[in-house]
Amino acid sequence: MGAIIDSMKGFGVTFSHMFKKVVTEEYPEQRKAVAPRYHGRHILNRHPDGLEKCVGCELCAWACPADAIYVEGADNTDQERYSPGERYASTYQINYARCIFCGLCIEACPTRSLTMSNEYELARDNRKDLIFTKEQLLAPLLPGMEQPPHPMRLGESEKDYYVGALDNPGMSVGAERVRSSQTDSERLRSEAARVEVAQANQYGEKK
Amino acid sequence: MGIEEKLPSGILLTSVEKLANWSRKASFWPATFGLACCAIEMMASGAARYDLGRFGMEVFRASPRQADLMIVAGRVSQKMAPVLRQIYDQMPEPKWVLSMGVCASSGGMFNNYAIVQGVDHIVPVDMYLPGCPPRPEMLIDAILRLHEKIMHEPLGDKRRKQLEARREREGAPVVEPGEMPSSYRFDKQRKAEWLKAAAEGREEQLRIQKWMEDRARIAGTVPRKNGGAR
Repeated sequence: MGAIIDSMKGFGVTFSHMFKKVVTEEYPEQRKAVAPRYHGRHILNRHPDGLEKCVGCELCAWACPADAIYVEGADNTDQERYSPGERYASTYQINYARCIFCGLCIEACPTRSLTMSNEYELARDNRKDLIFTKEQLLAPLLPGMEQPPHPMRLGESEKDYYVGALDNPGMSVGAERVRSSQTDSERLRSEAARVEVAQANQYGEKK
Repeated sequence: MGIEEKLPSGILLTSVEKLANWSRKASFWPATFGLACCAIEMMASGAARYDLGRFGMEVFRASPRQADLMIVAGRVSQKMAPVLRQIYDQMPEPKWVLSMGVCASSGGMFNNYAIVQGVDHIVPVDMYLPGCPPRPEMLIDAILRLHEKIMHEPLGDKRRKQLEARREREGAPVVEPGEMPSSYRFDKQRKAEWLKAAAEGREEQLRIQKWMEDRARIAGTVPRKNGGAR
């Protein structure tokens, strides 16, 4: 008799799941947002006038533990300017067959040129396609941006660009350090913080 | 391969081809070949939350003789290489290989003498999946891309030649089978956007744009104009 009751209890547990919410995610049709700081595909950011933030310093390549990044720098000239600094990256490649998405390159980047998106659908059927070139990694031209090469539009010197970036981060929204002089309420009002808090709430994270 | 070589080509054969390909992709049984941390994510994909059973592949076969797909999940050491090849040889045709994670794809961060620098040194690979380890969605995406490739596979040599001739005549498609991310392929509107972007060669920019829009939508704000100028 006890055995029957016990097995009924067992089946009861199974049966009660009929009335519980389904946990399955319908992935290809509905994509659930990932954690706000999920390490996904890289972006090479632009300044708000369209110039590239990358100055071709190769620090990302040096920081990479898997040797997945290849950079070749070249000099900017007044006739042909790609970035506000002295140099720019003429070749920039990330090999996604090697990249382990650790984010050390992001930490190494001195100009916040390289940041990560939350994009993760990266499978390909050959290894050659997994090497992303500069054209693929560069951020899209948003309204108001102009395809380089073109002269500097945001200021006279590169310093203007970098100092201005605190208020006007361009593409690397969210990656910029918020000014410490701001109060908490001011900080919350900034777009980057708002996005992050909202995304964290959606994901069920306590902030 | 078999009787399909002898048949005249025509509507009948293309329908049979479609049916055969559909049945192959709809019951795509993987062999368990978990070697490292990627295997944990592979198990997660099979479990309730991501549920590979939705695509007819909940049965991870312990025996290679009943498997169609080998998911090489993790780093392959030189010592494991002959074992991997043997498992592959024991699988019945038709068979596919999915190299899961960067270690299996190219050696990843283990660029040393102990690790095979890419499992394609040992077996032919049909899909490379980066990530360290890739999240279950990434694995599902890779599998769905493989499904699409299977749906475009020719049945027999005659049909293959026919398709190659057509390709030469009409040129390659803008987006090859298996190139479009699954979340775009399964959404009509996004698929159209992707096709348009791919024709202009800026599909990767489209992805970033979409990601930024998603972020803004989650935050309840609209994307700022002028790339963030206030």
